[in-house]
Amino acid sequence: MNGESSGYSALTPAQFGALVAALRQAGYAVAGPRVADGEFVFGDVSSSAGLAAGYADEQKPGRYLLSKSAKSAALFGVVNGQHSWKKYLFSQQETLWRARGSSGGFSVEQEPCRPAKSAFLGVRPCDIAAIRVQDAVFTGGACADTYYKTRRENALIIAANCTRASGNCFCDSMGSGPRARAGFDLAFTEVAENGAHYFVFEAATAAGKQLLSKCGAPAASAAQTRKADALIESARAAMTKKLDAKNIKALLYRNYENPRWEQTAKRCLACANCTMVCPTCFCSTMEDQTSLDGAQASRARRADSCFTLDFSWIHGGGSVRPAASSRYRQWMTHKLATWHDQFGTSGCVGCGRCITWCPVGIDITEEAAAIAEAEAD
Amino acid sequence: MVPETRNLKKGKPKLAVCKLASCDGCQLSLLDCEDELLQIAELVQIASFPEATRHFEKGPYDLTLVEGSVCREHELEMIKEIRAQSRFLVTIGACATAGGIQSLRNFADAKEYVSFVYAKPQYISALATSTPVSAHVAPDYELWGCPVNKEQLVEVVNAFLNGRKPNITARSVCMECKAKNTVCIQVSRGTPCMGPVTHSGCGAICPAYARGCYGCFGPKETPNTASLADWWKRELGAQEDFTQRSFRTYNAWAPEFRAESEKHGKK
Ligand code: SF4
Ligand code: SF4
Ligand code: SF4
Ligand code: SF4
Repeated sequence: MNGESSGYSALTPAQFGALVAALRQAGYAVAGPRVADGEFVFGDVSSSAGLAAGYADEQKPGRYLLSKSAKSAALFGVVNGQHSWKKYLFSQQETLWRARGSSGGFSVEQEPCRPAKSAFLGVRPCDIAAIRVQDAVFTGGACADTYYKTRRENALIIAANCTRASGNCFCDSMGSGPRARAGFDLAFTEVAENGAHYFVFEAATAAGKQLLSKCGAPAASAAQTRKADALIESARAAMTKKLDAKNIKALLYRNYENPRWEQTAKRCLACANCTMVCPTCFCSTMEDQTSLDGAQASRARRADSCFTLDFSWIHGGGSVRPAASSRYRQWMTHKLATWHDQFGTSGCVGCGRCITWCPVGIDITEEAAAIAEAEAD
Repeated sequence: MVPETRNLKKGKPKLAVCKLASCDGCQLSLLDCEDELLQIAELVQIASFPEATRHFEKGPYDLTLVEGSVCREHELEMIKEIRAQSRFLVTIGACATAGGIQSLRNFADAKEYVSFVYAKPQYISALATSTPVSAHVAPDYELWGCPVNKEQLVEVVNAFLNGRKPNITARSVCMECKAKNTVCIQVSRGTPCMGPVTHSGCGAICPAYARGCYGCFGPKETPNTASLADWWKRELGAQEDFTQRSFRTYNAWAPEFRAESEKHGKK
C-alpha cells in the first residue's frame, strides 16, 4: 500500500463529508474516531457528523481527560485514545478450527475468515507505523497469519497527520510521526483555526486517488499546504516526551541487571494493560474447548501478555518469570531492544498509550532514562 | 490436577453439590445454566443438589462442588466428611474459596455481632471466624467469584468430564476489560478500580457500566495491592477508610486483600 504522494487537494468539511459518503457507497465499512458514552473510541462511522467534533484530549501518565469545546470545529482534535487499529486487525479471541468426532476418528474444519472491506479513517502516523510493525510480525515471515492478512488486505488506510501532540506522545523520537510518510492510501492534515476549516489531502494509491476524485475538491493553495506543514511542525515542537532510540537497544542489552527493575516492580501491577493497549503487541495463547459430551472440540486464539504467569509457564516448573521485575523487563526489552533483532524494527512507535493507560502511570520513556542514569551511577 | 475421567468405572460420574455457610447464590448460578444443565444432567448422575432437589444419594462422589465457608461448629466435621467422600473437590465462589463476605466477622468480635443481630443469641453456635474450605481440607480446584460466573462453572464441569484443565486463568480483570474494548474508567474518570489486582472471570462487568471493579473474584495472581492503594491515595485522593472497605468486601479474608486492608483505616 506504499506509494509516492502526488499533489495536494483542499477539502471543505462538506467535501470531507462527501468523501466519507463515497467510501460507504464504494462498500467500505468506515471505522473512525467517535465519542460514545463519554469516552473516545474507534467505532462505526456512518457520516462525518458522527466523528468526534470539538473534542480534545489531555494525557498524562495514568490519566486521560476528554473535553469538548464549543469553539472548536475540529473533527480530529483528539490525538488518540485507548483503542488502536489492532481492534480491527488482530482479534482478541478467535476460533481457528473446529473438530468433530465420528465413529472412525475425527474431522477438522478450519474456521473461515471473511472480513468486510473496511476503511480506517484518521489513522495517526504512529499507528500506521504500528500497523506496519504488525504486518512484519504476522505476514513477514515464512508462515503468514491468514486471519490478520485477510483483514489487512481488506483495509483502506486514511491517515490523519498530527497537529497536536498529547502529553505522552514521543513519535518524533521513534521516527514515526507526526507526519505520515508512507503506508497509507490517503493522508490529510486538518486545519481548523480562526474560522478556517479545511483538510489538505494527498493520495498515495490508485484507490486513494479514485476516492479523492469523487469529492470534487480543488488543488490546495501554497498557503494552505504551508499552514498544514506549520501545524505538523508545531506538534513536533510541542512533544515533551523523548526517548533515546539510537542507544536504547545497547543500553537494555547491557542492563539485564539493574536496580531500576526492582524499583519499578514495586509499582508495576502486572495487570497487562500496557501490552493490551500497545498497538504492536501481538501475543496470544491457544485455548482448546470441548463440548460437554466431548463429541466436538475447537481451538481458539486468545490475546495474552508477557505480564501473565501462564505466558511463561514451563511444563512441570511453573513460570520462569515469577517476579514482576522480570516481567516488566521482558516487556520493555522486547519493545525496545529484542524486537530489532527479531523483526528489524523497533517494537515501539511512540504512541504513548502504555503510559496513559497504565493504571499507576508507569512511563516507558522515564524508565529508559532511569536505567541509563542508574547505569551511569 | 487433571482428573482421570476416562478410567471411571462403568456408569455416569456422580456429581454432588454441597453447601456450607452461604447465600446459595453460587448454586443458583448452576441452576441458572438452564440449557447446559440439561446436558450435564444427562452426562452425570446428580446425587445431591439442595437448591434444586430434595433427592439425596450417599457418597462417594466423583465430582463435588462445595459452596459456602466454614462458619459453624458442625461444618468443621462436615467438610472433612465431604472431602473423604469426594474424588474431585471443587470450591465454588467467594465463601468456599476465600471465606466470603461473612469473614468480615474475622476482623471484629463475632459474639458482639451475634448479640446485635439475634433476639436469642444463645441459640447461635457460630465459630469466631469464617474460613475457606482450604483452611480445613485440600480442594482440587478453586473457583472464584461472588457469585461464580456460570460459564466458568460449566467450564469446570466440562473440563472434568473431558479430562482436561479448565480454561480459566488468574489474569487481571483489566485484561477482560481490554478484550471488550471498555475504556478504563480509572484512567479516564479517576474512579478507583480494583480490576488491576482482581482475578478475571466476571467479564469486567462493572467498568462497562462506569463503576470501579469491586473485587468479587478475589486476588489475581501476584497482586500488587500496595501500589494500587498508593496510587488511589496519591493521584485519586482516596480516603483510608475507602481503601480499607475496597479490600474488605466479598473476599476480605483472601490473604492478599486482608493484608492490604489491615494497612488502611481503623484497626
Ligand atoms: S510501547 Fe507504549 S508508546 Fe510504544 S508503541 Fe507500545 S503503547 Fe505505544
Ligand atoms: S511486549 Fe510482551 S506482550 Fe508485547 S509482544 Fe512482547 S512479549 Fe508479547
Ligand atoms: S507497566 Fe503499568 S500497565 Fe503495564 S503491567 Fe505494569 S502496572 Fe500494568
Ligand atoms: S476499568 Fe478497572 S478493570 Fe478495567 S482496565 Fe481500568 S483499572 Fe482495569
